[in-house]
Order: sequence, then structure tokens, then C-alpha cells
Amino acid sequence: MADLHFGDDQPTDAERAAVDAVVPENNAATVAETERLVRGGRSRRQGLRHILLPVLHSLQHEIGWISPGGLNCAAERLGVPPAEAYGVATFYELLRTTDPGHRDDVVHVCVDPACSLAGGGELRASLDAGGAKVHASPCLGQCERAPAQFVQGVGRPDQVPADNEEDFRLPQAGDPRLRVLRRTGVVDPISLDSYREHGGYQALARAIEMGPDGVIAAISEAGLSGRGGAAFPTGIKWRAVADEPGPDKHVVANCDESEPGTFKDRIVCEHDPFSIVESMTIAGLATGAVHGWIYIRGEYPRATARLESAIAQARAAGLLGDGVSGRGQHFDIELRRGAGAYICGEETALFNSIEGFRGEPRNKPPFPTTHGLFSQPTAINNPETLINVLDIVLDGPDAYRSVGTERSPGTRLFCLSGRVAVPGLYEVPFGTTLGELLDLAGGPVGSLAAVLLGGAAGVFVGPDALDMPLTLEDAREAGATLGSGVVTVFDESVDMESVVVRIAEFFRDESCGQCVPCRVGTQRQHEVLVELQGSGQSLSPQRAELIDDMALAMVDASICGLGHTAASAVRSALALGLIGNSQ
Amino acid sequence: MSSVATETAVTIRVDDQEVAVPEGATILDACNAAGVDTPTICYGPTLTPVNVCRVCVVELDGSRALVPSCSRPAEEGMVVHTDSERVRHSRKMVLEFLATGVDLTQADELGQWAEHYGADPDRYVPGGETMNEPVRVQDNLYIRDYDKCVLCYRCVEACGDDAQHTYAISVAGRGFGARISTEFDVALPESACVYCGNCVAVCPTNALQFKTEFDLREADDWRPEDQTVTQTVCSYCGVGCNLELHVQDNQIVKCTSPDDHDVTQGNLCIKGRFGWNYV
Repeated sequence: MADLHFGDDQPTDAERAAVDAVVPENNAATVAETERLVRGGRSRRQGLRHILLPVLHSLQHEIGWISPGGLNCAAERLGVPPAEAYGVATFYELLRTTDPGHRDDVVHVCVDPACSLAGGGELRASLDAGGAKVHASPCLGQCERAPAQFVQGVGRPDQVPADNEEDFRLPQAGDPRLRVLRRTGVVDPISLDSYREHGGYQALARAIEMGPDGVIAAISEAGLSGRGGAAFPTGIKWRAVADEPGPDKHVVANCDESEPGTFKDRIVCEHDPFSIVESMTIAGLATGAVHGWIYIRGEYPRATARLESAIAQARAAGLLGDGVSGRGQHFDIELRRGAGAYICGEETALFNSIEGFRGEPRNKPPFPTTHGLFSQPTAINNPETLINVLDIVLDGPDAYRSVGTERSPGTRLFCLSGRVAVPGLYEVPFGTTLGELLDLAGGPVGSLAAVLLGGAAGVFVGPDALDMPLTLEDAREAGATLGSGVVTVFDESVDMESVVVRIAEFFRDESCGQCVPCRVGTQRQHEVLVELQGSGQSLSPQRAELIDDMALAMVDASICGLGHTAASAVRSALALGLIGNSQ
Repeated sequence: MSSVATETAVTIRVDDQEVAVPEGATILDACNAAGVDTPTICYGPTLTPVNVCRVCVVELDGSRALVPSCSRPAEEGMVVHTDSERVRHSRKMVLEFLATGVDLTQADELGQWAEHYGADPDRYVPGGETMNEPVRVQDNLYIRDYDKCVLCYRCVEACGDDAQHTYAISVAGRGFGARISTEFDVALPESACVYCGNCVAVCPTNALQFKTEFDLREADDWRPEDQTVTQTVCSYCGVGCNLELHVQDNQIVKCTSPDDHDVTQGNLCIKGRFGWNYV
């Protein structure tokens, strides 16, 4: 790497301190030990790059924005070219690169469907009138307690006001059929002892007895599939990583849920954090990976704190680190916060984000099982998937398959929000019908118009889909998707045009901008829908054709799943006649 | 037996032809070997493929989505379709999309492909967002006109790992708002730029151009048809970079180096690229 050039802007003392707090000067990319001895070089710089996002977080948090002087200081300390550091900083919603002119906290208020229905617009207006610095935000993952806010602190901790008022209780609390959510709301989330009293760490002990091959065989036999949206068989993924040589492999928990309508990661990370740490440790054991990473949304301060506490307690108890549970195997977990980017939930974008680059998805193949984090073999899983592993290891595949269907065994978490009597996180066996799920939540409020399955990347279904069993195979057959388990309910009173325009706007805002079909397609799709919204007319055949043409190009030619799904909700709304029909 | 190790060959089917290419070659290499012309924007023969423009996509049997031919390695037995309905559609849409937001008037090759695939940028909602950037004229060597930028990343690659290792520019922002930028968009003379002009050399749309060319175009006096190209060797140091001096009215108007030259691979330094005023 060539010598880097830094501008003349100097950091303030506060900015320097914010950088020091994450990367002390004696750990900089270049350290002059003596006049004649300097530590530095290319590999040292590369080794520090993954600290870039934490440093930018620190500057944003302490100063309220990332100034030219602050950026210079961070970039110089880590040996990152300032233009690249700027490219990274400008990628994220929670990082500012223009001076806000104040040091007040910023109140993010959600503008996505569930919160809009629950008065998000009014909340924004009243906060604004009260003098708060308000920022319109995409889904904040609190749809069950809409309208959602997240207070981004400057010099003070970030806060979610609803956390302080909440007396958490699952709608299904006490139901003996709960599996994944069995401990949620029951166990003390900040006590390892409490976790152990509720059966914690028995699965790890059992997994050590079973050995890596036994664990992977059990997961394969159980038919566990990924719960993040793509439903890839977990056993195949773990087997592929286990078959790669060497210990420099990674297990990543993808807690970056940002799909509008999804809040399950938040709830399990807040209320059952040890289960994630334990199941990741099992994943490390099974795949032979020694590095664990949790990547969690930047808008989840309480979940972050509880996971950090769980990691620290597990480490202190010898359940992480060298010789996990008294065995030779090493496994430890580092936690990384996202900074407001839906795309970073895409697995390869998430890797780039951890590595200190822009959160742009990579082209696949190669796949993460061979070229994942730091281009090393990586098993990346959703928290719900990971927690399922505990029961499979403890009770065996047959017990696991005793509920659900042949092709979709086990249970599934669903995030219910919108016009439903009791919004919240529900766990039901695969095969439960959509109608039964809604009944469990007290039924729809008002006259049911449509349900959005799978979030913005999913599809709308009409009231005739209430009989549809919620399984991977039935959803696929119906042209729908379970996605990440989002179920947003709309009644006849909802202005569906504005809902669909907002979904299109969401994709436009969240596209990383890397590939042409998605960067331009999401923009033009939004423009067509805005034109329709104001017109009072039906969608013309020319515009319908344009929407289809754009959708096909995004599905066929985009790099990642964001582009592939950016038109699906829009087109399903048109097909159902929810929009586009002026009668 | 030759003492040179023979490369393992991989055979794939491109449309109706069997093509053998060396292992490690891409589908695009195979298309070229088969004589199938493929549109590319972000691909450059001297650059690592970033596969972002998606105009070179082809249909690959067994793959749900189309695949970028520039970066996908050819594997034994692959069956590739380069002119199917789906391929033509996505290529047309990419070219159409770019034309709706970017000034492609000086991107002749793209214009020809757009015509070939029947791109119709006029069917979109009037008044849609465009790049909408002022021309950045910050020195006497080259200008940046981001209204013409298709965000192909080639300049970033050339400035960074693929050639110059200067890292003066990066992609900043996100989505439709993404732009090529220095840190905080500082002017080039204040940035890390060393004025090698290797970014100018790889730009496919003339968003980056020599100041001499820009001035002549402003004066409506840029006449490529009247220009001659003279090959010579740079006289500054002993490396021996080949130069191509583009001359109009007996004046040098820009300087390039051939991509396939062993020494330069199209790259030059500030002296070779811009230091010809003494001639």
C-alpha cells in the first residue's frame, strides 16, 4: 500500500479521545517505537481495518457527527485511506458526515407500515413541535409496540423509550408448546445462573458428547432450515464449513433484522441472550470454527447490552475462550453493531460491513461456506435458526420433527403487527394456517383487506389466503413467501396506495447502489408509483408493462436478494387490486 | 513435449458452439473465444471484475438468475445462452436505466448497444431523478463531469488496488445517491490524487476527460475524425512506457497508453500522461 495522504483538518481533543477509546495510539497502524524502530506495514493495516466501523460509531456517538478532522484521525490511526473511510461513513443511516449544528439527541421515528397505521406521523409531528430533533426512519424493529422511536444519543447512551416502560410478556406466555420461545420472558436475561436453571448449557454438554459429526447429522436429520428468509438447509451449510480445512473459520449470528415488520431477533436477543451464545458455541464445535461474531442492528441498544453481558459472563465461566467447557476447543465471540443499513442483513454485505468496507453484497459464487468473513469459511445463521439447534441436540431429530410438516418440520416464529388485536411475537408449528395464526393473536381488527407476508421483500395476500398452511412448500406454491416471518395485517380502512409507495421508497432508500438494475430500478419503480398515487387514475397498460419489465430485470440481473425482491410486494399489490385500480 | 506446462482446458457451450478456454478463464473469455460480441461497461481488461453494471449477463443452465459473464469462471460443461429473451431483456433494461439518469452523449459504444437492444429511456416518468452534478473543473489536467458517470467503479479500481494504490477516490453515499467522491468531496488538488490520469484512461463514458479535450468540446472544436495518433516512448525516465499522442491541428490534445502494452497496461504517471507541453 502506498503512503496515504491526509488533509489538513485536525481532530478536536474530544474527537481524538473518541478515537482513542476504540484504538489507543499504541495500537495504531503505524507506531514509532523508537526513532529507528517503527511497527507498521500492509498486513498490520489490513488487520486493523475491521475496527473502522466501531471507531466511526464512537465519533458519531461522542461528537454527533463525523467531521473532516475526526475522520482524518480515525483513518490515520487505522491506516485507512480517508476517501475509503468517507465512503464507509456515508453508507450508514446512523452516521452523519455533515455538521448537524447541534449536539442534541436525534429521535428516530419509524415511517414504515405498522407504525404509520399506529400514529407514527402524529408522533413525529408532536415530537417536532416539542423541539426534538426528529429523523424519519425505516422500520425500527418494534412493530408490536408501534409507533416506534429510537433515541440516538450524543454523549449519552442510545435509548429506546419503550424499553423503560415495558413489562415484557409474550402473548403466548405459559404455553407449554413453546420451543424456541420457551425461556423468553421466563428466564432472567442477565443471569447465567438463571439460564442454567432453565436448562441452559445442557445442549453444549450433550453436543460435546456427540462430537461435530453427530451434531451435524442430527441437524440434517431434523430438517432444520434457515429462518432468516432463504430457508437454506442448516445441516448442509454446517457440513460445508466443517469440511473446510484449518481453524480459521467463523460462525456469525446475523441479528441485523431490518425487514419492515420483523422484530424477532430483538426479542430473543433481549430476553434469551445466552441461548444465542450457547448455540453459537455449538456451531463452532460442529464446524471447527474458532471465531464467533454477532452482528446486531445499531438501533437495538438493550439487546446489544444483554448480549455483551451474556458473552462476558460466559467467558468468565469458562464457556467461551480457550478450552470451552474444559475441552481443548477454542471459541470466542465478538459483537459488532450495525449502523443503519437494511442491506447489511444480506450475508455478504454483512461480512463487508464487519471487515470495515462499504456494506455492498458480493457476487456469489463463491459462497460464504468457503469464502465468507475475511474470505474464510463461514457459517452465518439467523438467531431463530441457532436457538432451534439447542432442542435438536438435546431431544434428537425425531422429537424435533414431531411437530410441523414432513417438509417443514418444527415451529416457526411470526412477527404480527398492524391491524391485529394482540400484536407480538408468536411461535406456532409449521402447517398452522394463516387464519389460525391471526386467531391466536385475537383476530384482525376491522374488515381484513390484506396481509403482507415476509415484509417489504414479501408479498401481499388477500383474505382468501387465510386457509393457507404456513409452510415453506405451501407458501411457495401460492407464490408467496414466509421470509423472515413478518405478518403485517391491513384492514379496509388502510390507504394501501401509500403503504405500497412507502415500500417502494424503502427499497429505493436501502439499495446499496452497487448494481445498475437495483440502483436505478428501485428509483424508477418508486417514481411510477408516486405518479400513480397522485393521479386518481388506474394504472395504464404502458406503466404496468414498465413495472413488469423493471421487475424482471431486477429479479434476473441484480447482485443480491434486495434487488431480486424489490418488486415483489408492489406487483402482488397490483395483482390483488389493492392499488392501481381507481374504481 | 514443450517445457512450458500446458494449461488445463475447460470446455463450455456458448449458444451453439463448444469452446475450450484455459482453467480460470471467465465466461466472457469464452464468449470472446467463440466470437460472440458482449456488451461491457464496468469490465476492463486490466481491472479486477467488480460485476456491478450487469450488462454482460448471460443465461446459465441451472442458475436461477442470470450471471455476470465478466467475473464468473467458466466451468467444465457449462451451457451458456448469450442471446435469449431474458438476456436481451436485462441488457436492454440496464442500458435503458442508465440512459434515464446519466448523460451518455459521449459514450459511443454504449449508445450503439442501446440501439442494438432497443432501449427506450423515454418511456419513464417525466422529471425523474438524474445524476444532476456540476462539472468539477479543479485544475488544468483533467475534469470530472459526474452527470456522465455510470458508477462502474473502474476509476476507483484504477486509483486503488488495480493500478495506482493511491486511493484518492471511493464510492460514497448509497443507492441512487451514490457518487464517486474524495473524502468530503474535497477538490482534487487537496486530495490524495497524484494526477496519474489512470482513472481518465479507464472511464467508459467520458465523465473523466483531459482538460484539453473538455476545453475543445466547450469551444465546439473537438474533432476526433481530424486527429492522428502517434506512438512513441516516454522520454522522462528509463522505464520505457509507450505513449499514444492524440494530435489535432498539430497540437497534442491527449495522451494514452495501450492496455496490452507489457510495461504500462494502459497506465502512466503524471509526467507521461500530462507532461507534454514542452513538445
